[in-house]
Amino acid sequence: MGPSLTFKTGVRDVLPTVFGYIGVGLAFGIVAHTSHLSLLVVAGMSFIVYAGSAQFIITSMLLLHDPLSGIFISTFLVNSRMILMSTSLAQYFRHESLVKNLLIGSLVTDETFALAMNKQNRTQGKLSFAWQSAANLIAYLVWGVATIVGAILGGMITNPNQFGFDFALTAMFIGLVYLQLISDRHLGLSLQLMVMIFVAIVYYFMIGLMSQNFALLVATVAGCLFGMEMKKCR
Amino acid sequence: MSMSLTELWTILGCGIITLASRVLPFAFVKQVTMPDWLINFLTFVPITIMTALCCQSLFVANPGHLATLNVANCLAAIPATIAGIFTKSLLMVVVVGIMAMAVLRYFSIG
Repeated sequence: MGPSLTFKTGVRDVLPTVFGYIGVGLAFGIVAHTSHLSLLVVAGMSFIVYAGSAQFIITSMLLLHDPLSGIFISTFLVNSRMILMSTSLAQYFRHESLVKNLLIGSLVTDETFALAMNKQNRTQGKLSFAWQSAANLIAYLVWGVATIVGAILGGMITNPNQFGFDFALTAMFIGLVYLQLISDRHLGLSLQLMVMIFVAIVYYFMIGLMSQNFALLVATVAGCLFGMEMKKCR
Repeated sequence: MSMSLTELWTILGCGIITLASRVLPFAFVKQVTMPDWLINFLTFVPITIMTALCCQSLFVANPGHLATLNVANCLAAIPATIAGIFTKSLLMVVVVGIMAMAVLRYFSIG
């Protein structure tokens, strides 16, 4: 990854990450198919919601006939990390017009955010609209196509759980949390490990008392407050 | 090719919520300076929410009682984590995790 910030460089820089999209996208398509979602719904989820892990959660909640309000709250909670990522990324585009800011923001993902943070280390803290748009657009298209291909393939595989595809989401979170742990130099390894253990303990005790979604919220907020206190103590 | 009314509302509602989560911070940051405590709080959101999401798969809720472990998921998580340590690749974690789970299912473990 060099210092160039053109559209073409953006396409080249994003290519290594699309394999992640293809793997998880195929898995989502297969899970969606076995959850009886039509190709139209899969396409709608991938191109309109475009929310990676949240799409798995929405699918399972649809299957369980959960109320719309519950699905909306879960989607907001799972995607609340996007607020943080967008807030961080937006600092690099303050000089661009509002329209360009909104266009970049509309397609930010975990991976394009991580890629951008990686890139700005090599460009003295600069990012461009063209480079970011190329990364965003490629990621968006690859994700959408991979999920649809997965849904079509899912029709040929009768019992995907037998092949372990239902574990894809858990594996993705394990991968994301590990990559976060080793790459966030701002917080550091030991502080993040302490916060992780704290979150796991809070979540463990809360799921006996409340729904999983509330336990997730309580553990997340408690973990953030715990982290802020621990950081003060250092 | 069909879509129920519930599915349509789910897609539109979740689409708007997700778009707002992504786009509003860009509009916000361009206009306002955020207080330090909020930035400080937000820096912990990625690690905490991802940990909690992992826990959701690794623990089984027993309402009114203490949670138990999801043995199959916990076992498959071990090779998936090792794959992450060695490759630092999200794709490899997912592939190894799926393969580990397939092996566990084949031998009816967990």
